[in-house]
Amino acid sequence: MSLFDYTIKELEAKLHNHEITVEDLVKESYAQIKKVDGDVHAFLTLDEEKALEKARELDKCEDKSGILFGIPAGIKDNIVTKGLRTTCASQFLDNFTDPLYNATVVDKLDAENPVAVGKLNMDEFAMGSSNENSGYEPTRNPWNIDHVPGGSSGGSAAAVAAGEVLFSLGSDTGGSIRQPAAFCGVVGMKPTYGRVSRFGLVAFASSLDQIGPLTRTVEDNARVLEVIAGHDKMDSTSADVDVPAYTEALTGDVKGLKIAVPKEYLAEGVSEEVKNSVMEALKVYESLGATWEEVSLPHSKYALATYYLLSSSEASANLARFDGVRYGVRSENAKNMLDMFVKSRSEGFGDEVKRRIMLGTFALSSGYYDAYYKKAQKVRTLIKNDFDKILEEYDVIVGPTTPTPAFKVGEKTSDPLTMYVNDILTIPVNLAGVPGISIPCGFSEEGLPIGLQIIGNYFDESTVYRAAHAFEQATEHHKKRPQLGGAK
Amino acid sequence: MAEISKEQVKHVANLARLEFDDEAVEQMANELSAIIEYAEQLNELDTENVKPTTHVLDLKNVMRKDEPKKWITQEEALKNAPDQKDGQILVPSILE
Repeated sequence: MSLFDYTIKELEAKLHNHEITVEDLVKESYAQIKKVDGDVHAFLTLDEEKALEKARELDKCEDKSGILFGIPAGIKDNIVTKGLRTTCASQFLDNFTDPLYNATVVDKLDAENPVAVGKLNMDEFAMGSSNENSGYEPTRNPWNIDHVPGGSSGGSAAAVAAGEVLFSLGSDTGGSIRQPAAFCGVVGMKPTYGRVSRFGLVAFASSLDQIGPLTRTVEDNARVLEVIAGHDKMDSTSADVDVPAYTEALTGDVKGLKIAVPKEYLAEGVSEEVKNSVMEALKVYESLGATWEEVSLPHSKYALATYYLLSSSEASANLARFDGVRYGVRSENAKNMLDMFVKSRSEGFGDEVKRRIMLGTFALSSGYYDAYYKKAQKVRTLIKNDFDKILEEYDVIVGPTTPTPAFKVGEKTSDPLTMYVNDILTIPVNLAGVPGISIPCGFSEEGLPIGLQIIGNYFDESTVYRAAHAFEQATEHHKKRPQLGGAK
Repeated sequence: MAEISKEQVKHVANLARLEFDDEAVEQMANELSAIIEYAEQLNELDTENVKPTTHVLDLKNVMRKDEPKKWITQEEALKNAPDQKDGQILVPSILE
């Protein structure tokens, strides 16, 4: 049995009782990375020496009682880490080896002393649903390496699934934590918009981006969110709302819980296997004393178009900062200043990033702003109102995280719209701003994980965790481990 | 308006400080046209009296005191610069 088969809480106890050392944990993490990462490609940057040094330092500490103390973790590569290379999986930032400060979430983790072993692969600038848009070797799914791990936090999900780290941080703009969590059979939480500080998260779409944890169990996830959540004066869009002790919400009791199941989330396009798993999950909830009813989120079908107009518009503005002047890779072919901007950006950005910058620039350009950008902002209001209405009457909304299990590498790369449809069940949650989690709820015939999405009310992550935890404890799906199948 | 022309792609590329060769311009025109055509479905909805949502939190004008603070040194600021001279970031000339 691997040390990584224990939960974070169990490992904290083992460290506290001197049964194991932090060095044992970090060595085990690196042993697994060396064993599997040549196939999985979850990591972009590793620093074994620094991690071992930190481990030995922590082993000397008298007080080992901290939450997450000594636990090996990975950080998505769009979260800035002082002195540790941060590339956003873009060749444009290939040489950004010495960031000057930590993101607030990294400082908050550091205060509790987990050990960051490295930086995790992703779709370039978080734009993608399969990790195939990484500027480096794309991450593969640990359950079957012929399949994608999902995206954009594909490295974050795969590293946890493959037992390389105990937890990771990801970011979610339209499903980028929940969709890869579903594909890799792990737990991924997108908190309420504003719950976690984005200071030091390289911005993609600022009205949607949110940082959250990926873990193997719901309890582990709640422990990490407790540490990283909260108001931050460095992020004016972080909300000044108290952070409850999420782990205390994990009572196992969902008697009387009122569940809404949107009929649009089980409609055409959602595979039979996924529908069946969700229906089975609802039976589990019934057996635990919860009730569910079918409801409607009537504007769901407009979410995808709304999202691509808004997120690309915001991205086109946010990514204007990459110009080759102060950091990043500068083109060597430029004759003058303007030429340097154009050539650095054209050589540095990958195809999907350019496509979104172009779409966003178009939607914001003179003559089209009202027809596309403003129209999408208005439809966003209608989508948000749908959620507000349902969440007045129900405690949580439950449905699938993705329409299908993980697809094959290369299967959806030829047409951008086909790829975008993957996020159709996660995108509305970002547009509304409410919290959502994906937890394992079954496996396909091929042996690939299926994710259950649980959505809650604003700042009510506690109820989402309570519902997720009760299901998890009543089932065995989270205990299965990937075997790195597929052709090598 | 669902067809984006090659001229429009070149105009938008200039705004975005990007450049594409002829083949890529044509491909971009096709891809953007398909995405915009898909987005036209939003016009099925009457949004005449709907307020736009810029973001979902009830936050307005978050202010702070404008106080100078130590942040990074000049040396640090130059650490990741592609080119530098005399303590400043060096860029190509604006005019050729």
